[in-house]
Amino acid sequence: MSTSRLRWVIPAAVVPVLVLLAYGFRTDPREIPSPLLGRPAAAFSLTTFAGTPVSLEGLRGKVVMLNFWASWCVPACYEEAPALERTWRAYKDKGVMVVGVDIQDKEEAARQFLARFGHSFPNAPDPTGRVSVDYGVYGVPETFFIDRTGRVRFKQVGALTDEIARSHLDVLLKEPS
Amino acid sequence: MIPELGYGATVAAFVLALWGAVAAAMSARTGRAALLRSGERAAVGAWVLITACIALMLYAFLTFDFSVQYVAVNTNRGTPFYYRITALWGALEGSIVLWSWMLSIYTLIVVVQYRRRQPELYPWVLSVMLGILAFFLLVMTIPAPPFERLTPIPADGRGLNPLLQDSGMITHPVALYLGFTGFTVPFAFAMAALVVGRTGEEWITITRRWTIIAWYFLSLGLLIGGWWSCHVLGWGGYWAWDPVENAAFMPWLTGTAFLHSVMIQERRSMLKLWNLALIILTFGLTIFGTFLTRSGIIGSVHSFTQGSIGVFFLGFLALVLLGSFSLLASRIERLRAEGVLDSVVTRESMFLLNNLFLVAATFTVFFGTVFPLLSEAVRGVKISVGAPFFNLVNIPVFLALLFLMGVGPLIAWRRASGANLKRNFLKPVVAGLVAAGTLRALGVANGLVLTAMALVVFVAGTIALDLFRAVRARRRSGDDWGAATWGLLLRQNRRYGGFIVHLGILVISLGVAGSQAWSVQKEVTLDRGQSMELAGYQVRFDGLSGSEESNHAKVTGTFTVTNGRAGGDVLHPAKKFYPQEQTPIAAVDYRLGFFEDIYLVLGDFASDGSHATVKLQVNRMVSWLWLGGLVLTLGAALAILPDARRPA
Repeated sequence: MSTSRLRWVIPAAVVPVLVLLAYGFRTDPREIPSPLLGRPAAAFSLTTFAGTPVSLEGLRGKVVMLNFWASWCVPACYEEAPALERTWRAYKDKGVMVVGVDIQDKEEAARQFLARFGHSFPNAPDPTGRVSVDYGVYGVPETFFIDRTGRVRFKQVGALTDEIARSHLDVLLKEPS
Repeated sequence: MIPELGYGATVAAFVLALWGAVAAAMSARTGRAALLRSGERAAVGAWVLITACIALMLYAFLTFDFSVQYVAVNTNRGTPFYYRITALWGALEGSIVLWSWMLSIYTLIVVVQYRRRQPELYPWVLSVMLGILAFFLLVMTIPAPPFERLTPIPADGRGLNPLLQDSGMITHPVALYLGFTGFTVPFAFAMAALVVGRTGEEWITITRRWTIIAWYFLSLGLLIGGWWSCHVLGWGGYWAWDPVENAAFMPWLTGTAFLHSVMIQERRSMLKLWNLALIILTFGLTIFGTFLTRSGIIGSVHSFTQGSIGVFFLGFLALVLLGSFSLLASRIERLRAEGVLDSVVTRESMFLLNNLFLVAATFTVFFGTVFPLLSEAVRGVKISVGAPFFNLVNIPVFLALLFLMGVGPLIAWRRASGANLKRNFLKPVVAGLVAAGTLRALGVANGLVLTAMALVVFVAGTIALDLFRAVRARRRSGDDWGAATWGLLLRQNRRYGGFIVHLGILVISLGVAGSQAWSVQKEVTLDRGQSMELAGYQVRFDGLSGSEESNHAKVTGTFTVTNGRAGGDVLHPAKKFYPQEQTPIAAVDYRLGFFEDIYLVLGDFASDGSHATVKLQVNRMVSWLWLGGLVLTLGAALAILPDARRPA
């Protein structure tokens, strides 16, 4: 091969590798679709920090936004907390219920967390971890959107934003019950 | 306050490094010494500022300053003191800080060592090193700022990943990063040599020690990583061909090839192009490794989080590879070999073969690592190739490399005569065959182990024979055996340092072969008081106890292990429950021995302590890996001693 040709061929040889690696950005190895989507949501009945019972059975007919969180979940749970409360206030009169499930936490720390953000929707500890196992919670925060017929329809992994909550809830609210 | 101070120091360090890189390059072009001095001051300033960043971060960790997001995510009030220090490099952002800091230290050493000695290459070396440092500081400034402020400030943090709360995590990343960053020095010299057009042996001679240091730390980092996975993860292995392990292994392979091929250039003025390509590849692979672990394009147990950081690293990798290979290509006329290959049976061709095998191994590891991407791009399905692929392809290659390790150092340059071959290799070959035959007679049936053992004995034989002859020659001048050996090692430190490193690799190879062939494990559920048996060991389950540690709850099992010969030994494998983790973390208990280690891993258990599942692993010869690491350390230390033969 002539020298002038080599000048181009040598550096050009790395281009395919770089293109392949760039292609990697389009994919997400951790993106595993939840097998629960479209399936009936697992029943649960818990007692909130305030001492009142809350169960999925009792919420039939409402759109439920089920949020798993923990006080040690820094920073994502802290980021999404104000959005949860805002969403609750905006949608509570439209047939939406927001339920928070606190997992693997210390009660004292969890109560401080709730007080800090002034959460007014029901929040319950999951002392046996049963509910988080039933929903296949991999890490916190995760949020499940359950339609009026009790099926899991959307799942949000990581911090929730007002926009994401709104887009999912608006879809579910338009559906006939 | 700390987030702002830290961020300010980061940005200032970035500006200084960038300026230093530009100033040093300009001084090389214009010859203005003042610019070079300014570049040097920038290097010192960058180092001071990065050190300040580290001090600030440590202070934030030690005082639980949760206004720093990195602190809040990687520590909590229960995190023990040590791990509040190591949490510094326990996650993505901090690992980049550690990386930059080490690179800035290497840069300072280069300034101190070469500012007077290498007037022509030095400005470019400084420019390249500061340019690379500037990139890492840019990463600290934009995609992965370690000093991100967290509002509101949480009452307590999340806590360090429990798997990283282990002594291995104190040293493993440090050694690994010293290796990774160390390769920047020979790379920078190679680039400087290309720019200036001094493509002879000079840059290789200068960087020989640097390459050994980087290679040694990389080896050490890999070994400590194996040690960590062995006694923390509890799956009984030290190597899993995980993408991130591969990412560290690939530069080790090409670095090893480079260490050997430079000797041919020094001796015969051949392989100039090849050596430059190898060091570019090695440095490129260190960047690729960082890219792979931090971009999230390939799933791995070791991965850090995802984010825009991958784009930065890919851009930098593209710049490094395209830039340096273009530079290489533009100098192609100067890189013609002066020597020629005279014959096939020579040291040159053995070294060439060694290089070929090492590069082939690198390629297969690379191929296997990016295979999920490749298959998804081509067929739309993500398929991973696992350990079977890597083992199948690499085991023959590594056996061939072992063989070459015996032949290469002792075969003659240029042309080997039959007499040379017979003199150096007949006895070792016989020794290797006898060893394999003896083991076979003793009942070892595994062909792979027999081959590996035969090769190890053969190589050890060549080294012993050579050493024996050289010492005997020195004895004739009147020294006793001890003085003769010692004098020889010091006098020919390069040669014998290399041999000792080879011995270390042999010991490691024995460990790998033995552990793969002979390790056994068994998992059973025991009632309290019940025993199980494996490989001559009896394990009795004596009960469970619970305790509350500073940052986790712990359930500890008590097991009595006896092996017939000695009295009982009590082991305490445990399970740790960290509030922030979904699954409990196993705390393995183990006893290390020369030939056998036993590991006990606690599995599921009944909360009343009536029964528990336990896994007993009898790992054979794994300790030889760590022993080999020690031998490697001695050899590398000897090899970098100042050359005694050089006139002062």
